[in-house]
Amino acid sequence: MTEPTVRPGDMHPLPEVPGERPPKPRPAPLPDPESAEYWAAARDGRLLVQRCEACGHHQLYPRAVCVVCHGPVSWIEASGRATVYSFTVIRQNHSRPFRDWMPYVVALVDLEEGPRIMTNIVGCDPEDVRVDMPVRAARFDRVSDEAGLVLFAPEG
Amino acid sequence: MSGRRAVIAGVATSDYPNLPGMSEHAVHAQAASRALADAGLDWSDVDGFATTGFFPMYAVGVAEYLGLRPTYFDETNAGGASFEVLVEHAAYAIERGAAEVVLVTYGSVQLSQMGRTLGTGGGGGGGRMAPGPAVYDALWGNTLVGSYALAARRHMHEFGTTTEQLASVAVTMRDHAAHNPQAQYREPITVEDVVSSRLVADPLHKLDCCVISDGGGACVVTSAERAADLPRPPVYVLGGAHATTHHMNVSADPDLTVTAAAMSGPLAFARAGITPADVDVAQIYDSFTITVVLSVEDLGFCAKGEGGAFVADGGLGLGGRLPTNTDGGGLSACHPGMRGMFLIVEAVRQLRGEGGATQVPDARIAVAHGTGGMLSTGATLVLGREAP
Repeated sequence: MTEPTVRPGDMHPLPEVPGERPPKPRPAPLPDPESAEYWAAARDGRLLVQRCEACGHHQLYPRAVCVVCHGPVSWIEASGRATVYSFTVIRQNHSRPFRDWMPYVVALVDLEEGPRIMTNIVGCDPEDVRVDMPVRAARFDRVSDEAGLVLFAPEG
Repeated sequence: MSGRRAVIAGVATSDYPNLPGMSEHAVHAQAASRALADAGLDWSDVDGFATTGFFPMYAVGVAEYLGLRPTYFDETNAGGASFEVLVEHAAYAIERGAAEVVLVTYGSVQLSQMGRTLGTGGGGGGGRMAPGPAVYDALWGNTLVGSYALAARRHMHEFGTTTEQLASVAVTMRDHAAHNPQAQYREPITVEDVVSSRLVADPLHKLDCCVISDGGGACVVTSAERAADLPRPPVYVLGGAHATTHHMNVSADPDLTVTAAAMSGPLAFARAGITPADVDVAQIYDSFTITVVLSVEDLGFCAKGEGGAFVADGGLGLGGRLPTNTDGGGLSACHPGMRGMFLIVEAVRQLRGEGGATQVPDARIAVAHGTGGMLSTGATLVLGREAP
């Protein structure tokens, strides 16, 4: 197993340096009854979206009911394909570990199924990210026993 | 419409922008005393109270601190837009006869509490984030500035808006602040200064972001009848409306280029019986330069997508199409966290002809438009110096 390389925008866990404060991990969500399955799937490398059993609408974040018709919802696995709706390169954030990852890309991506989610774009220079760029769910970072976070990278 | 009309009989700002010796509640008290004195009213005249802050029963707590026992109170929290909502509600209460004199106050010592470092509202690492919509943005290291930057980037993509156009908002606000002796920053700046200042979250630079201040303000809402023998010319609450699109997570906003102002603006103008062309002076929440561009479009002062050209052509300046933020705004004068009260105070001063060097000649109708959260809420208040 190779050590992850720390490059701008890659947001890999930082290596421990003797004599310095230990690196902080990414914050983790506290799952609740509506989100537990979503977080657990991401921990296992799968991106889920909710589908309304009544009207077929797809949604995230997880809710107990469909946001359009208020019918019952169930989970389906998303394709992982998405396009960048908008993005920013964060160059100031005093919170660790994000402070140590700057500059990094925060993006809103539109999943092929419809829902828009917040994520990070990794695997490319932050300067190369563009609006409408095709991206795919490329990395699922485990952040706790119950949860993982999906990160995206440019398609191809 | 018949019956009682609500008016603003007194306004005041507290000292600002740096109040190391004052508590948050003391800022409320100072602003309230000044606004009541401006209105020619006494604390004993107050039977209604409204304010808001960041913990439950906030208005009840401030009322107690001020020694008030109000029979009307309100603490609706719409973030920075709260005070436009609170005055709209107070006007309804006055017109309904549910209150005679409503005192609305705001106070903050954010700068003294937090220090001078620019806060970006980023989620801290290493911990566990409680369930709720906000985590779906915060877990990826998004920041407060980042949320507005996402809107700015999308607006630039869809409409060709440029960083220089955004920067022109900050330049105009600084021009106005030069005439405000209390303003936090008064030295003139150029578009070049803004776009060469440090990037905080692309495409927003440091000078695209509001300042961080201590300060507060207050206003007194009563009936036109009650105001008839008070010292100041009454300012009529002609109409108000508010709306929301999402909470603190911009990922839930269906269109980052359209804000709640697109709902609150037309409603408020219809209730006031005016059109955007009737507005002489505007006070528009300027948390970031992009906030103003989005607001002037959504309020109907220009078409969607033309906000960049509107602000770059001097549209917000004195003598421009829509003189805006005549006190220097949150970008230069004062931004203690929820700036909405300052918009109302400055709008009233303009309508009373007390604007000094930045007075808009013969201003008859003013708009105060607040934006709160992460472009989450919008609240529009139409004020006029003549009875409708």
